[in-house]
Amino acid sequence: MKEILIDPITRLEGHGNISIFLNDNGEVENAYLKIPELRGFEKFCIGRRAEFMPQLTTRICGVCPVAHHFASAKTLDAAFKVEPTPTAKKLRELMNAAYFIYDHTLHFYYLSAPDFIVGIDAPPEKRNIIGIIEKAGLDVAKNIIKHRAYGQKITELIGGKATHPVCALPGGVSKALSEENRQEIEKMATSCVDFAKFSLKLFHDVVLGNAKYLDLIKSNAYSMPTYYMGLVDENNKVNFYDGKIRVVDPYGKEFLKFSPQDYLKHVGEHVEEWTYSKFPYLKAVGWKGLVAGAENGIYRVGPLGRLNASEGMATPIAQAEYEEMYKTFGGKPIHSTLAFHWARLIELTYAAERAVELVKDPEITSTNIRNKPGEPGEGIGVVEAARGTLFHHYKLDKDALVKDVNMVVATTNNYPSICMSVRDAAKGLIHNGKVDQGILNMVEMAFRAYDPCFGCATHTAIGQMPLTVEVYNSQKQLIQKLSR
Amino acid sequence: MSKSKLKIAFYWAASCGGCEIAVLDLNEKILDVLNLADIVFWPVALDVKYKDVEALPDKHIDITFFNGSVRNSEQEHMAKLLRKKSKTLVAFGSCAHEGCIPGLANLNSKQEIFEQVYLKDVSNINPESVTPKTETVVKEGTLKLPEFYDTVKTLDQTVEVDYYLPGCPPPVELIAAAVDAIAKNSLPPKGSVLAPPKAVCDECKRKRDNKKISKLYRVYEKDPDPEICLLDQGILCMGPATRSGCGARCLKVNMPCTGCGGKAPNVPEQGAAMLSALASILGYKNESGETKYTEKEVEDLINQIKDPAGTFYMYSLPASILKRKVIKK
Repeated sequence: MKEILIDPITRLEGHGNISIFLNDNGEVENAYLKIPELRGFEKFCIGRRAEFMPQLTTRICGVCPVAHHFASAKTLDAAFKVEPTPTAKKLRELMNAAYFIYDHTLHFYYLSAPDFIVGIDAPPEKRNIIGIIEKAGLDVAKNIIKHRAYGQKITELIGGKATHPVCALPGGVSKALSEENRQEIEKMATSCVDFAKFSLKLFHDVVLGNAKYLDLIKSNAYSMPTYYMGLVDENNKVNFYDGKIRVVDPYGKEFLKFSPQDYLKHVGEHVEEWTYSKFPYLKAVGWKGLVAGAENGIYRVGPLGRLNASEGMATPIAQAEYEEMYKTFGGKPIHSTLAFHWARLIELTYAAERAVELVKDPEITSTNIRNKPGEPGEGIGVVEAARGTLFHHYKLDKDALVKDVNMVVATTNNYPSICMSVRDAAKGLIHNGKVDQGILNMVEMAFRAYDPCFGCATHTAIGQMPLTVEVYNSQKQLIQKLSR
Repeated sequence: MSKSKLKIAFYWAASCGGCEIAVLDLNEKILDVLNLADIVFWPVALDVKYKDVEALPDKHIDITFFNGSVRNSEQEHMAKLLRKKSKTLVAFGSCAHEGCIPGLANLNSKQEIFEQVYLKDVSNINPESVTPKTETVVKEGTLKLPEFYDTVKTLDQTVEVDYYLPGCPPPVELIAAAVDAIAKNSLPPKGSVLAPPKAVCDECKRKRDNKKISKLYRVYEKDPDPEICLLDQGILCMGPATRSGCGARCLKVNMPCTGCGGKAPNVPEQGAAMLSALASILGYKNESGETKYTEKEVEDLINQIKDPAGTFYMYSLPASILKRKVIKK
């Protein structure tokens, strides 16, 4: 048996690598995506002051600190038995929407778009943000940089700091929004709606308008039926900040709808020896290993997971595009992994539209921003992070120190699916032991669609993840080495 | 070309990615950086391979910005390699500088962390008590993982460091200032921290009376006056012990400094500096100016500080004199 190790250069730091095993005929026997990193937050957060959990847990990920900040804040709300004021909830939701604007812009333009805009067949050194600048022009690049920065700026105005914000408290937020800052945010958010429309148009022109890309998106190598999960509001529309968790089955039928407090009834985590990441699954279906379909409890989260698990978007432009996407694919749910990119842009649009709604809300500048917490106890908090449903769960002692912590982090939910997507792409693309540069990128595209955040997604945020492929013969001797 | 461009490398070890986002937060200024320098090694941005770095002549890279702490052999190897290949090595951000929040893992051992994450976490379904192994035989072959170490180390506990850019993440203003200093060839003496030689309190606009305080409040227990020093209001703030350069921005949203800038200038370490600051602040109002307390009174004052290790060393445990909790074998 031959082994091909697709080894992101990140292996050297420990953030993920792929081993592909070929059989004697040179066909892919199996593939493993290993996560070689662990930091142990669930242990070292024990004993800490509960009120600083929203700050401690942001360091799980510097790309999505806002999601951790508010999943943690909601956990504290529940643990201290306090309902935040309406204004506090709106400020949190506004900041979370701004974070989606920044993060989805980052992922689409800095990471994924190079494949589509610069071209899948373009040389790797051109498939990055610098390539985008060359291809699309400096003005477009500046527009992208500007709107990513707007997302960050809004977060900073509300949260104190954009990366690793500090405003969350049990029962509210630490500072009210001034009218001056409100106006500034309104201008930026309005501009983000135009930017989202520009992004959708670009996607239609460059990607959907190109038969080759459309075929690729719809191709079987990138398609996988699974369950889908996401937060929905009372109308089953996508919501990033609050609501119930809805799960649909691979046929698109509602399978579960539950309150975040009940997550342990529905979500379990499986452990393997060969990776530091765990494998979440639906308890009601069970864990049957890395296989797709209705018989196994593997589910997908993130942009496509949320859109599949919902019945639409709560804002008009996003809703129109949502309908367009499902029309293009001929109904729900969409199993094509590459459709994550389209779903991501629809969510960028929703985030911008929702931010405008919230910043125009007369209540948003109220100074009634915190309610008094009660006695410390146990709490569970869930929000949507850009990469998927994010669960925090703490038990506090009488001094409000942390006694126990459990977290199921956004990308971890997708880990079983990413493993399968990578394996299936490899099976579909590698034959007769032949591995070349183009195939490497196609395999890589399978997991890049998820915007994976292992260790942290920024580590691949500004371009290609360099890969090394090592081909071993059945005696495990290195016979071929490819790098890019 | 009149003058060759600077060669810059960016690299990360054990980190969250926030330092990378901080570089992106230079926004349009990042285009200036690209004009100023050739980025010879930035795995996230550019396709330069690891073996290319090994093949470089020693001291080939002008400046390497290294973020993240060192907690396994691969990270240690890269730190040593980049030290050799770089004229100047900058510890970028709190993890590389003093260990940061993930450095709190030094309060536990590897075994304790594994037990929690893989065996005790309430969502686990792991009847056979499986934990990750450095080598696993599967039917197709053997899969390997790096070994998880007991102890998180800072960059300068691993190799010699020339400069430190503090903060979690470093404030964009400090990154921009460092880039300017590099462009103008005006970096300070080696070993310097590239941040103003002040404490956070010096940049904080709040009014401070250095009042004696007898009662400490947790942040959720008190809605503080936005104009007055949080310590004066009884909220524990790390400002006196922490390096500035951030503009005291947490204070601007009514939250205390938690210490991400690392130790203040001219103090041996952050936790000890904060303890000493608190020792002069905590006390009872006494009309006759008496400062003698009974043991009971002292104990009551001190007992208000919950989780002292996690409070005073939230960002600096690996770099502190404590370094880590003793592992009982």
